[in-house]
Amino acid sequence: MNDADKNLMGASAPRKEGRKKVTGAALYIDDISFPGMLYGVTVRSPLARGRVNNISFTGDLPWDEITKVTAEDIPGENYVALILNDQPYLAKDIVNHPEEPLLLLAHENEYLLEKARRSVRIEIEELPAVLNLEDSLNRKHVIWGSDNVFKSFLVNKGDVDQAWSRAAFVIEGTYETGAQEQLYIENNGVIAVANERDGVTVWGSMQCPYYVHKALVKLFNLPEEKVRVIQTETGGGFGGKEEYPSLIAGHAALLAWKSGRPVKVIYDRAEDMVATTKRHPSRTQHRTAVDANGKLLAMEIGFVIDGGAYCTLSPVVLSRGTIHAAGPYYSPNVRIRSSAVATNTPPQGAFRGFGAPQSIFALERHFDRVAKTIGLSPEEFRRRNFIRRGETTATNQVIQEEVDLSALLDRALNLSNYYEKRERFEKENSHSKIKKGVGFASFMHGAGFTGSGEVYLASVVGLEASADGLVRVLSASTEIGQGTNTIFCQIAAETLDLPYESIEITQPDTSVVPNSGPTVASRTCMIVGKLVESAALSLKQTLIGSGLLREGYSPAEFKQACADFHKRFGPLRATSKYQPPENVFWDDEKYQGDAYGAYAWAVYVAEVSVDMYTYEARVEDFVALQEVGKVINPVLAAGQIEGGVAQAIGFTLFENVVWQDGRMVNNQMTNYIIPTAADIPPIHVYFEENPYPFGPAGAKGIGELPMDGGAPAILNAIENATGISFTQVPLMPEMLMNGLGRSE
Amino acid sequence: MDYSITPIAVSLTVNGQSQTVEAFPMERLLDVLREQLRLTGVKEGCGEGECGACTVVFNGEIVNSCLIPMAQVDGSEITTIEGVALADGQLNRVQQAFVEFGGAQCGICTPGMVLAAMNLLERNPHPSESEIRDGLAGNLCRCTGYMKIFEAVLHACESQKEDTLPQN
Repeated sequence: MNDADKNLMGASAPRKEGRKKVTGAALYIDDISFPGMLYGVTVRSPLARGRVNNISFTGDLPWDEITKVTAEDIPGENYVALILNDQPYLAKDIVNHPEEPLLLLAHENEYLLEKARRSVRIEIEELPAVLNLEDSLNRKHVIWGSDNVFKSFLVNKGDVDQAWSRAAFVIEGTYETGAQEQLYIENNGVIAVANERDGVTVWGSMQCPYYVHKALVKLFNLPEEKVRVIQTETGGGFGGKEEYPSLIAGHAALLAWKSGRPVKVIYDRAEDMVATTKRHPSRTQHRTAVDANGKLLAMEIGFVIDGGAYCTLSPVVLSRGTIHAAGPYYSPNVRIRSSAVATNTPPQGAFRGFGAPQSIFALERHFDRVAKTIGLSPEEFRRRNFIRRGETTATNQVIQEEVDLSALLDRALNLSNYYEKRERFEKENSHSKIKKGVGFASFMHGAGFTGSGEVYLASVVGLEASADGLVRVLSASTEIGQGTNTIFCQIAAETLDLPYESIEITQPDTSVVPNSGPTVASRTCMIVGKLVESAALSLKQTLIGSGLLREGYSPAEFKQACADFHKRFGPLRATSKYQPPENVFWDDEKYQGDAYGAYAWAVYVAEVSVDMYTYEARVEDFVALQEVGKVINPVLAAGQIEGGVAQAIGFTLFENVVWQDGRMVNNQMTNYIIPTAADIPPIHVYFEENPYPFGPAGAKGIGELPMDGGAPAILNAIENATGISFTQVPLMPEMLMNGLGRSE
Repeated sequence: MDYSITPIAVSLTVNGQSQTVEAFPMERLLDVLREQLRLTGVKEGCGEGECGACTVVFNGEIVNSCLIPMAQVDGSEITTIEGVALADGQLNRVQQAFVEFGGAQCGICTPGMVLAAMNLLERNPHPSESEIRDGLAGNLCRCTGYMKIFEAVLHACESQKEDTLPQN
C-alpha cells in the first residue's frame, strides 16, 4: 500500500491497528492499571420490582475501609442523560428491574470486595411486576408513566381501510422475536479518576465517547470542559456499548469522586449478561391485502417491542423498526402502528440492526405465507411488488436511487442454485430423515440516523497535518472492530494523494477530538467518512490556495508544503461539518418523508437441513448479495457481512435468553450458546456497487444490514424443508420438535 | 478475621524465560500471567473455559488459562501471544495472515485464536477446512463469522515464509 494509492478506496488496505491486535500489544481497558487504583462493584436489586426498605452491611468485614456510594452521594442529577432521563444511576426507594444498581462499593482488594458485595443485606418489599410484552400492553399493572408506553408511532400512507373490500386475498400473521445478547467478547469496563479540582476523566470500552460525556456532565453537574472521556481499544460493541457505558462510567466516577482514588469497574461475563442491555423482544402483526394479480393493495402492521424497565434508546429502536417494517416493496396503502412498552426486566438497548431485524423478520416470513396463500412462488410475489425508482416507501419517501431488486434477486437465486436445490430437495426429502430446504429474504437497511437525526447531530471531523507531513484524523468515531481506523485512513490518503501509512488516527478523547456523533446506525463510513473526505479536500485546498503546493504533488512535496505552512501560518488544520443533501424532507410529527439518505439493498439465501431424529436445524450454506454503494475495503466489508450473518444465525437457531421473574437465568457462555467455528456454514458474500453521491467515493452504510436477512431466510428455508411455517425466533430444537410433531 | 491464605512459590518458564512467582494455590494462571507478569495479551472473556480468549500454550497443549490453578503450574512451560512473534519482532506467518486476510476485527479473541491456529498447524501442517473448524471450535469470535479466520489459516499453511512455531 505504498505508491498505488490513487485507488486506495476500493483496495483492501491492511487493518490499521492489526499488528497491535495480533501481537497482544493492543491495550483494552482491563489491561490498564493506575497506581493506588481501587476496584469497584455494583450491589443490585434481587427483585423485579419493589420498595427498598433498608440496606445494611453484615458480616465481619472492615466496612469502614470500603467506599460506599448510594443515590445520596450523587453530586448532580441521578439519571442517565439520554432521551427521557428516566433511568437512575442508583435506585433510591423503588427498584424497577432485577439487577438494578442500588449501591456501589470500592476497595483495593478484589477478593474482599466480592465478599463485601455478598454481605450487603437488602430488604425489599415486593411490588407486582410486569414481565412480558402482552401484560404490559394489557396494563396488567401500570409500571411506567400512565400507560406503560415509552413511545408510539403511526405511519399512514393512502387509505388502508378502503382496500380490504377490494382485495382478492387478505392474509394475516403474527411473528415474534426474542431477546439477544450482544456478547462482545470483551465485557463492559471503565476506569475513572475524579475529584473536585480536576473534574472527571473516564477511560473505557465504548462506542460513543460523547454520549458518556453528556451523561457525566449531568451526573456531576460539571461544566463540559471538566469532563473527559477516552475510548480505549474496544473488544466488540454491536450496540451493546452504545448507551450502556454511560451507566458504568458514572458508577466508576462516583466511586472515584468519593474515594479520591482511581477506580476500575470491570464486569465479569455473568454480570455483563444478566445486567446489561439486549436486543428488544418483539411481536409483529401483519394484515395484507393483495389483488388478483398478486399486487399489494394494503399493508397493516402492528409492531411492539419490549423496552424493559427504562426508556434508554427504545424510541429510536422503535423508529427504525417501524420504518423498515414495510420492507423494500411498493404498496399504495400502508398503516403501521408501533409502540415500545415497559416491563420490569433490565432495560433493552441498541443491538446491530436496531429494530429492523425484528420487523424485517416478520415481513419476510409473512411474505412467504402471502405468496403460498395466493399461489405464487415466494420470488414471483416479491418481483411483482419490489419498490422501483420513483415509487414511494411507507413514509412516502420517493426512491431516487437506481435500484433493481428483481435483478438482485435473480442474481442471488442463481448464485445459490436456488431453483436446482428446490427441485432436488423436494425429490430427496421424501425418502430422507434429513430434510433439506432453501429460502431467501429480500430487504433494505437505511444508513445513518433516521429522519432529521443527522441534522441535529451536526457531526464534525477534523484533520491536522504536522510540520513533518504526518496527517491525523480527529474524530469521535470509534474503532470497535468494524474498521473505522482503516477506512478513514484510506479515505484521507486517497483524497490527499498520500500513502496509506502517512495517515494516523487520533485516539477518541473528548478533550482532543470533535463530536462526530455516535458510532452507530451504519453511519461511520457513509456520514463520518464523507466528513473525513471533505476535511481532507479542505486541507489540500488550504495548501494549494496558500501557494505552497501544486496539483499533482508528490508525498515529498506535500511534506515540504506542511513544513512551510507551519513556519508561515502556524498549525495546519481543517474541519468539516455535516450538511444534509439538498431536497431532503422529513416530518417528525407525521413520520413522513425521507427517512434515510440512502439504503443498502440485499437478498440473502439460506440452505438448511433439519434432522427429523434430533430436531436440529443447521444452516448448510449461505449466500449474501448486497448493493452497498462503493465498497471502500473489500476484506473489511466482507468481514462485516460474514460477522453479521453469523450473528443472525445465532439469533435464529442458537441464542435463547431464558427469563425467570424478569431475570436472564442462562447468563453464562456455557448455556447461552453463540455459533462456533464448527457451526457456521460457508458464507458467500457478493457486492454490487452503485455509488451514492453523498458517501465517500460513493459508499453507503453496511454495518447493520447483514443482521436483517438471516432469520427470515433461514425460517423460510425450514418451511421449504419441512412444510411447517414457524413464526418465531430463536427456533430451538424443542420448538421444532413440537411444531413438526404436531404435523406428523 | 484473617483474610490471608499462604501463597506458594511456583517455578515456570514463560515465553522462554524461567521465573518463580508467588501465588495462591487456587489462583488462576490467567490472573498471574496478566497481573504479576503483565502479559495482558492473555484476555478474559468468560472465566469458565468457554470462549478461549485466555488461551495459552501449556506444555505444548492449548489450554484455557482461566481454568488452570497455580497449584498445577509448577515446572511448566508456557507460551503466550507475547512470545510468538519472530526474533526480529516480525510477525510470524499466522499473525501476518490474520492481518492480511481480515482474521482480526475487534481483536479481543485474536491472541487466543492465533495461538490455537498455530498449535493446529504445528500438529497438522496442512489441515482441511473441516479440520480448521474443529481445531478452532474452542475459540469464540463474535465479529468475523469465522470465514476470514479460516482464510487466514489456509493462507498461513500455503505461505512459504520460513519461520518456526514455538516448541514446548
